Amino acid sequence: MSDIKTVITDPLFSKNPIAVQILGVCSALAVTTSLQVTLVMCLALTSVTAFSNTGVSLIRNHIPNNIRIIVQMIIIASLVIVVDQILKAYAYDVSKQLSVFVGLIITNCIVMGRAEAFAMKNGPVLSFFDGIGNGLGYSVVLITVAVIRELFGAGKLLGFEILPLVTDGGWYQSNGLLLLPPSAFFIIGGFIWILRSWKKDQVEAPDFKIQPNTENSGGH
Amino acid sequence: MSANNDSIQKTLLVAILLCLVCSVIVAGAAVSLRGKQNENKANDKRSAVLQAANLYEEGKPVADQFKSKITARIVNVAEGRFATDAELQEIRQAGFTVENFDQKKSSKAPELSRALAGSEDPASIKRLEKYATVYMVQDGDNIEKVVLPVHGYGLWSTLYGFIALEGDMNTIVGFGFYSHAETPGLGGEVDNPKWKSQWIGKEIYDDEGNVAITVMKAQAEQGNPHQVDGLSGATLTSRGVHNLVRFWVGDQAFGSLLTKLKSQGA
Repeated sequence: MSDIKTVITDPLFSKNPIAVQILGVCSALAVTTSLQVTLVMCLALTSVTAFSNTGVSLIRNHIPNNIRIIVQMIIIASLVIVVDQILKAYAYDVSKQLSVFVGLIITNCIVMGRAEAFAMKNGPVLSFFDGIGNGLGYSVVLITVAVIRELFGAGKLLGFEILPLVTDGGWYQSNGLLLLPPSAFFIIGGFIWILRSWKKDQVEAPDFKIQPNTENSGGH
Repeated sequence: MSANNDSIQKTLLVAILLCLVCSVIVAGAAVSLRGKQNENKANDKRSAVLQAANLYEEGKPVADQFKSKITARIVNVAEGRFATDAELQEIRQAGFTVENFDQKKSSKAPELSRALAGSEDPASIKRLEKYATVYMVQDGDNIEKVVLPVHGYGLWSTLYGFIALEGDMNTIVGFGFYSHAETPGLGGEVDNPKWKSQWIGKEIYDDEGNVAITVMKAQAEQGNPHQVDGLSGATLTSRGVHNLVRFWVGDQAFGSLLTKLKSQGA
């Protein structure tokens, strides 16, 4: 039981897939301009990760080693197609906005990373919850980014006006940069910075140290 | 992970079984959800028609609104009149339905479309369909509004949309695209409600009956009834929109239909 709790809570902050492992950043840039789209994307990714983990884990003792990546990809790809079909049937407008990014869950490193690193070595139940946990870890970052981008970029949250825009007769001058992809980089960067000031153990040791500048060493 | 997992037989067996299981899952999902998806697509198009005609009401089922307000008729584009029964038969024989006529698909059917030469194809659509569904808002026999399907090439993609005209077959009631893949934030601003609202009240033809509607490179002249602002940062998309609107209301496409409808009865 405590195992399940750790695999769910660990990826939220201490082993966050985006902030610590820097995986799955591409979709974090692309789909975070509006909160509604982001929520659907998070739900899609979390369910794909959870079920692909379960699937891989169930047959992990039968997967031939030399085609294991292909086997994982087939499972993930099938699940993504199913999710895409469900979205097209039940959330048509959102699926139109997400367009190719649902399909691109297939190449999302988090899904594949969890299948390879966790589900190949653990039982189906634990793998399922590991998938949920990592999906939630992804969601935490995406939702934070989306809230900031939609609120300050468009003055809205979930499509409801929060900060009345100057162009609509309000007082808030929207920040157009936040609606463009680079802003997500800045926000994720900020998120990682804050997270690492809070959890110091995430700070990586520098790869090399600059030698102190002494008179003797600066000869030429 | 025992060693025999890596034997050729086991590898093939696992690969084949997995592919079978996965294809069943994927096919099952696709088939069982198709009805719902097609309905969504149809409703999306219907709501685009309603929005162009400025009749869309938020919150009400699109299918009902459409049914109560809009009459859809298939039109012979070149002849500029409603399709005859014989022609409707021709459409059915080509494997299309009259109720949900798929104009996009019909452009690929040789019997329902014709190739356009480069000089007569400003909208870069390559093939012009013989038939199209035109939507009308009617009050008795009187046509209040007519909604025409238009499409053409922008920068990256073919833009599909609707343009709605008043009963005078000249004044624009609404205009918008329901499907395109232009750059978000630049060409994608064709979806911007502010830009779309400029089209309302503009006139397509000048006094001599020539197509006069123009998407300007920059700002439209104040008070000019035929000019619309271009989109900044989207010269090619703006040019595409300009060309496609002029093409579809012109003589090659719906021009003759509009003339006939104006003098009443097609």
